[in-house]
Amino acid sequence: MTDLPVQTFRVTRADLVRYAGASGDFNPIHWSERTATKVGLPGVIAHGMFTMALVGRAVTAWAGAADAVVEFSVRFSRPVPVPDTDEGTEVVVSAVVKEVTDDGLTRLNLTATCNGEKVLSLAQATIRKR
Amino acid sequence: MPLDPSFAGRSWPPTEPYLVGREKIREFARAIGATEAEYHDPEAARAIGYADVVAPPTFPTVITNLSNAQIITDPALGLDYSRVVHGDQRFKYTRPVVAGDELVCVNSVEEITQRGGHDFLTTRAEITTVAGEPVLTAWSKLVQRGTEQS
Repeated sequence: MTDLPVQTFRVTRADLVRYAGASGDFNPIHWSERTATKVGLPGVIAHGMFTMALVGRAVTAWAGAADAVVEFSVRFSRPVPVPDTDEGTEVVVSAVVKEVTDDGLTRLNLTATCNGEKVLSLAQATIRKR
Repeated sequence: MPLDPSFAGRSWPPTEPYLVGREKIREFARAIGATEAEYHDPEAARAIGYADVVAPPTFPTVITNLSNAQIITDPALGLDYSRVVHGDQRFKYTRPVVAGDELVCVNSVEEITQRGGHDFLTTRAEITTVAGEPVLTAWSKLVQRGTEQS
């Protein structure tokens, strides 16, 4: 088991607004404090798919190729609250190499945390290095 | 009301083709902070064997956000989207999405289960070119949270 270098991503409210527009996911829990707290959340939370996209960046960076990912799966186990501050919050992504197969695939077990708590479970990626 | 488990195995007709634009890929890559040249520069993408810029791994969510409406708004299924949270997501790629692709989705429901008053709905989108060339498969598990009364 090899540990890959930890990667940290800062997430602000502005990032969520930009992601909403680019992805087409305009669920107000990702930009409206009023809506988020009304449905019982601690406040505005990041899109799960935004967190997955950040993990995808980490995986692509480890692979060293933009087209390396052949399989990618996550479970959203805990929300990522994003406070309305300049600093926002941080998502920290780490990985261990679980397996390198004979046909050139590398399987990674991924971990993403926010405020020291895991926000994904069963997160895995398979990459093909060029 | 719980979701009807007999919906498992149901599929919908192919969606209208989605034309993947170069600027849409660039916009998505900027939104997630992905700076790889192959997402932004057609020349860099051609250098690794693609016709135009390639999309980051989670880009297909742009397409499934649109195509999922087929399932989410089907009155016979009766999903209450205000109670839905995203549980799991999985992608399996034959190749990356490339600008210029015209993609269609065939949506289906793979599984419906109930546990602890919540409904779990697993959807599958087979994404191919209009010519039928496979590109990727996307699975989403949606959780419809139970109401307080149930």
